[in-house]
Amino acid sequence: MPTLEIRDLHVAVGDKEILRGVDLTVRSGETHAIMGPNGSGKSTLAYALAGHPKYTITSGTVLLDGEDLLEMKVDERARAGLFLAMQYPVEVPGVSVSNFLRSAITAVRGEAPKLREFAKDLKAGMDALSIDPAFAQRNTNEGFSGGEKKRHEILQLELLKPKIAILDETDSGLDVDALRVVSEGINRFRGLDASGADTGSGVDTGVLLITHYTRILRYVKPDFVHVFAAGRIVEEGGPELAEKLENEGYEAYTKASA
Amino acid sequence: MGLETKPLSTLHERSSYNVADFDVPTGREEEWRFTPLSRLKGLHNGTAAASGTVDVTVDAAPEVTVETVGRDDARIGKAYVPADRISAQAYASFEKATVLTVPREAVASRPSVITLRGSGDGAAYGHIVVKVEAMAEAVVVLDHGGSAVYADNVEFVVGDGATLKVVSLQDWDDDAVHVSHHHAQLAKDATFRSFVVTLGGDVVRLSPSVSYTAPGGDADLTGLYFVDAGQHLEHRLLVEHTVPNCRSNVTYKGALQGEDAHAVWIGDVIIRAEAEGTDTYELNRNLILTDGARADSVPNLEILTGEVAGAGHASASGRLDDEQVFYLQARGIPFDEARRLVIHGFFAQLLEKIEVEEIRERVLAAVEAELAR
Repeated sequence: MPTLEIRDLHVAVGDKEILRGVDLTVRSGETHAIMGPNGSGKSTLAYALAGHPKYTITSGTVLLDGEDLLEMKVDERARAGLFLAMQYPVEVPGVSVSNFLRSAITAVRGEAPKLREFAKDLKAGMDALSIDPAFAQRNTNEGFSGGEKKRHEILQLELLKPKIAILDETDSGLDVDALRVVSEGINRFRGLDASGADTGSGVDTGVLLITHYTRILRYVKPDFVHVFAAGRIVEEGGPELAEKLENEGYEAYTKASA
Repeated sequence: MGLETKPLSTLHERSSYNVADFDVPTGREEEWRFTPLSRLKGLHNGTAAASGTVDVTVDAAPEVTVETVGRDDARIGKAYVPADRISAQAYASFEKATVLTVPREAVASRPSVITLRGSGDGAAYGHIVVKVEAMAEAVVVLDHGGSAVYADNVEFVVGDGATLKVVSLQDWDDDAVHVSHHHAQLAKDATFRSFVVTLGGDVVRLSPSVSYTAPGGDADLTGLYFVDAGQHLEHRLLVEHTVPNCRSNVTYKGALQGEDAHAVWIGDVIIRAEAEGTDTYELNRNLILTDGARADSVPNLEILTGEVAGAGHASASGRLDDEQVFYLQARGIPFDEARRLVIHGFFAQLLEKIEVEEIRERVLAAVEAELAR
């Protein structure tokens, strides 16, 4: 049963300490929401876990299924089952979506998918997310709108089937329709059908949902909510904590940490 | 200086068939300052012994006439007059020229491949004329390989309404020196497509130029180069718009890796006062993959009329984008493969321009081989 265990994680960018002791455990079958004001370090946590070179781990441990995640290279982390849906997906000129996805699936599975099977999965995945099939031949993220980039991230999530998915502000910049489509994709990954009933297919997956707003949590219901401020978790609770934030905002936390 | 006087550029200000009209370059001249003269094996100063060989063989489409002619052939030197000393040296020194003719309204049914293979020590000189008569169409491939010290001039004469597509592949052995001028002369409504691929050789200095004799000419010049440690690969473009309503587009992209890998790209476009309605754009991009490599990129656009349809240029040299590599790695793709994909993507749009599939495949394979080094 996959587990992501973060213990006393400290992360710096240059000389500046951004994360100041984060403790969090995400087990498969669980969805955790991390909420917090801008600049609280939410995205730093996401990118540090994925291994972005800009972020330096100054102390702490992160284990994925008992393996030391921090010892792994970026691609090794992904192959070990970690996925980061990025807030700002990167444009890769000259590399088609189709070529990119096939390379990624080949890397993660350790063997190239059969062409027909890949074409079928890709088409089904794009249909489910209302992505125009012509996108398969477009350059990765190049000229995509904000919403198209986010759908493309969730398409990757569904095709790569990681153990632990970190979704960094996947809801930002989405209109209501796009938010619904993207949320349905996340829920399929979690093993929930359209009515929200558990199909059992998500037992091996955990989700860490990073967001500034409670809006997406109406569609993707979290089991746990953590409030992030000034580089650490300052409060934890169930879904009711999200409702409290919806009504009261982050003011209480930003004042306390100032 | 008024607009009616011929002007401005300090480049290309002289042309002559006579070697003596050009001083021996010292390396301080604008047109020579990037070129390592000491590695030219005497091509620039008359000390090169003409003891080398470059064999020219032609596998032409059935519609295309191939002739090997002497220096006195009337078709030689009509479209192009040498613009620098090595070009004049080549013009003065070649013994046999190769002339390809695509007759009026003929459409060549397959590419005509000119294979040039160098061997032996010492210099060799060459001259090629490709003449595409009115309304004719052809694809011509120049395939350079082997070991050589080679200077040559190539004239592409594209007639009224004719179309010529050229692929020039420079994949010489490591010790080769190649200094070459490619000149395309476009008649009314002529279409010229050039695809230059430079990969191998110690020093390659290729100067493609375009001129127009009547309105409606359309030139598209694309280049791809991959510079490895110690190599000097230089491309000097000149498009001279002297008549109204012609179009030119130049896109050159290169990747560099290794100690003392050196790429030079000069892109000169001149729009003369009489060339109203000109539409031109030139672009150069360099991808510097390692420390110790250097790219010099100098776009130069001179516009002497206010009535252009479009004129622009862009040049950028940079490292492999870390964010792109991170994004691919974050999807499980190992670093080497991610790097390969990004570089491949950098060249992809160019490669799509090669319409002849077998040639595109071959260029693709050559790029893959470079990436695997």
